[in-house]
Amino acid sequence: MTFEAFDAWWWPYLFILIAGALATDTWRFLGVYLAGGISEDSDLLVLVRCVATALVAAVIANLIVFPSGALAETHAALRIGAALSGFAGYFLFRRSVLMSIVVAEAVLLTGMFLL
Amino acid sequence: MTSQHAAGNEPGSEEDQRGNLHWYWRGVIAAVSLPAIILGASFVGFAALALEAGVTMAQALFMTAFVWALPSKVVLVGAIMAGNGILAAAFAVALSAVRLTPMVVALVPELRAPSTRPWVLYFLSHFVAVTSWVLALQTLRDVPRERRTVYYGGLGSTLILINMCVVTAVYLVARDLPPIASAALLLITPLYFLTSLWGSAREQAGHVAMVLGLIMGPLVHLVWPAASLLATGVIAGLGAYGWHVWKRRAA
Repeated sequence: MTFEAFDAWWWPYLFILIAGALATDTWRFLGVYLAGGISEDSDLLVLVRCVATALVAAVIANLIVFPSGALAETHAALRIGAALSGFAGYFLFRRSVLMSIVVAEAVLLTGMFLL
Repeated sequence: MTSQHAAGNEPGSEEDQRGNLHWYWRGVIAAVSLPAIILGASFVGFAALALEAGVTMAQALFMTAFVWALPSKVVLVGAIMAGNGILAAAFAVALSAVRLTPMVVALVPELRAPSTRPWVLYFLSHFVAVTSWVLALQTLRDVPRERRTVYYGGLGSTLILINMCVVTAVYLVARDLPPIASAALLLITPLYFLTSLWGSAREQAGHVAMVLGLIMGPLVHLVWPAASLLATGVIAGLGAYGWHVWKRRAA
């Protein structure tokens, strides 16, 4: 049953609700349920934050190393180089999120024009 | 860093007198921020991808409102493009969204007051995604505890609304983005996540978890793609926590 399996107007929306909303909100609701017994100062929260942070970090790294769309056409070394320069720019420009993006884009675009 | 802050540093009583509407509005204002602009730019990339996949504007808006988390939406559109069945798509999206559970667990204790009803927390949890989570962890301490749920409601709903506008704009205007522009747009999301995640870490262990996760993520993906995020989160997270405990003992 793919996204285009049925010709009915409502099918894509049901597809999004089940494969998208249900698949994400279940984890959010589970989080609310599990948080029930945890206090704000609990040491367990440090562990939970570590796991959450590592998971998002893995998402970030995979977006750069195994990207989708037009970014997939570029060289992996160029993408990683651009991301590392951007991260360096973040510290160089007093922790500016904006400047880190400017630096990374400059490296990526220069690389795409030259290579 | 957390322990000093957590100890009863509630804002003054004058701020406390202000009503729910005031704090909802403060949440709306907090949403209109640099992170929101950067997220909006990432949504340009997402909308371009959805357009390419043959998803209609109404469907893309529906996705933005009901799935919300950007990485999960990218996975969902990827599954649609690949012609995956509904169960395979749900499984892939669910794997990409496991991270939401620990994020919500970390946020809820800061969000709730003793009088908060559970359904409010379940409802608000839908707004949890990287940007609103980072913004909330950075600003919730300056909000009186009883107003935090209202504040987060304003913050989360505004972020969704802004990005629904972005998706609409892309569908109306940018039918054909040149590849170099879409490549540039697609780089914004990971870079923004990278720096904002680093900035939002409460303790040094968060930075350790991040570096471990960044290195391990792609490596584990090569060996075990189906569960790479979950496995990386658990292993790197436990490693960072172990480092946290060891360092505290040494001190």
